[in-house]
Amino acid sequence: MQTIFSVAVDALAYGMVLFVISIGLSVTMGLMRVVNLAHGAFAMIGGYIASYAASDLGLGYGVAMLIAVIGTIVIAVPIERLLYRRIYGAPELTQVLMTIGITFCVIGIANYVFGPTLKTIPLPDTLRGPVDLGFRSIAAHRLFAIACGAVVAVALWFLLERTPFGVKVRATVDNAAMAASLGVRTRIIYAVSFAVAVGLAAFGGIVGAELLPIEPYYALRYMVTFLVVVSVGGAGSIPGALLACLVLGGIDTTGRYLVPEYGEFFFYLAVIAIVWIFPHGLLGRAK
Amino acid sequence: MTAASDTQSAVQPAYRRRDLTGIAVILGIAAIGYFLFPNNLALLTRILAIALLVLSLDLVTGFCGVATLGHAALFGAGAYAAGMAAAHWGITDPIAMVVVGAIGGAAAGLLSGVIILRGHGLSQLVLSIAVIHLFHEAANKASAYTGGSDGLAGISPDPLFGLFAFDLWGRTAYGFGVALLVIVFVLLRILVRSPFGMLCRGIREDPVRVGAMGGSVRGTLVKMYVISGAVAGVGGALNAISTQVVGLDSLSFTTSAEALVMLVLGGTGSLYGALLGTAVFMWFEDVVSAANPFHWLTMVGALLIAVVLFAPRGLFGTAALLLDRLKERRR
Repeated sequence: MQTIFSVAVDALAYGMVLFVISIGLSVTMGLMRVVNLAHGAFAMIGGYIASYAASDLGLGYGVAMLIAVIGTIVIAVPIERLLYRRIYGAPELTQVLMTIGITFCVIGIANYVFGPTLKTIPLPDTLRGPVDLGFRSIAAHRLFAIACGAVVAVALWFLLERTPFGVKVRATVDNAAMAASLGVRTRIIYAVSFAVAVGLAAFGGIVGAELLPIEPYYALRYMVTFLVVVSVGGAGSIPGALLACLVLGGIDTTGRYLVPEYGEFFFYLAVIAIVWIFPHGLLGRAK
Repeated sequence: MTAASDTQSAVQPAYRRRDLTGIAVILGIAAIGYFLFPNNLALLTRILAIALLVLSLDLVTGFCGVATLGHAALFGAGAYAAGMAAAHWGITDPIAMVVVGAIGGAAAGLLSGVIILRGHGLSQLVLSIAVIHLFHEAANKASAYTGGSDGLAGISPDPLFGLFAFDLWGRTAYGFGVALLVIVFVLLRILVRSPFGMLCRGIREDPVRVGAMGGSVRGTLVKMYVISGAVAGVGGALNAISTQVVGLDSLSFTTSAEALVMLVLGGTGSLYGALLGTAVFMWFEDVVSAANPFHWLTMVGALLIAVVLFAPRGLFGTAALLLDRLKERRR
């Protein structure tokens, strides 16, 4: 019982971290149709900035997080303007190459600037200890990650379904040319969505730093995981991404606990099975 | 009808002349490499083996339009098949090892082709990534056969034709590799110009139309995948024979991604582009990582971005385009 509970909490926390990072990828992929393999690199940049701000500058966790999210967006927006804008609508192969190139550059530069060692983001005391839930106590950080995932899901749902900006985004997703001719400035929609996506990636990278440790190869190691989550969930679908994260996070964590020697075997087997049965993702729409 | 067959008979010798020129160029560059870098034949042989992998990737990506990040699965399957045949079952004749490697690669091609071709676009990419990770994990776990993360050692191929031993300098391995590459290249030139190759190009352009004309899209692509697997398997076997060890890195995602990078660098859809891209990339890697391994990834990344932005047809495609423009201007 104890094992099942702790596996479930870990799986939920892991799934939520995956969700926070990859939901931005899902939105941009549904909106701009860009297979963005560099998304993990932005999560990594966020983690590095937060680590630098918290450990080296001695700032608080919340302030460090804010600086990291803003800093990552500041880095990412010029990249969107200069590089991404040229590959909107290009074949997948071109997009994959460009974004792998960006990832490699980021890894090389991170390695040069911060060195190859693991970076930690010191947690505030309130998140460090265990929290007593009355019948069980669990690590406060896990609870924090789960809460962050839930907040992000609700906030994004509100943003996309209940605000004028969300209406424009959905119109652009459905038919960019028609939305543009009706007066929606699609370029601005693209830029803002990209910034939101990158900001969420950085946020997820910081919140998840305990589960997915920050090091230069972070971008390459988890790049595939994020892409897989989006594909399994269906690009552009928030409930789909949430479902995919919970299912895959559950499978991965359970597999690691029960048969650790098989590593990621079950994860990828599940991916093949799901994509085989749902080629457009669990809740994705056929194009 | 007669006009068409007339132009065909007029075109064919031109093709043949170009192929002969291509083979002559390959042999010439191979000879120059042999005399310029006599102490670095191991690297040159590795370039040959990877060139076979990139050629095989070109068959499915360049000619059929299948985007895959898992092609090293076929290469690694060939390498492990040849290596296990030599280490466990005593098949140490190099030519027999190459045949075993080709069969292993073809089997892996059939399996991964059936899985990958189930998806389109993003899901195709994700399936290919899942396939390469599964192959990697499987090879890692079956360590009784594959040596796991220590690598498969104990491969000692017999002398080629009983005459040329695989020596320390790798001269035999290099010659063997050049011969294999030229043979495969000639066969592939014939293949891509055959009706089957044309059908594959048609599928790349418009699968729906090929299906409407009565062509079997999936069947054709799976066949091409099997052929591609055999080619990659030959490359894997060559690598196993020349290095006498097979490591897990031959089945890795990184190798797959690098192969794709080399292909696009050289230019997709022409076998020459695959060869050029491999040679340039591997040479570049050797030079840069010898000078400063730290910046290797940054340089590759910048190179990739530059290719996508400025030379989307790849080196060979861009060069061919420039040559065509020059010719037109002269007219």
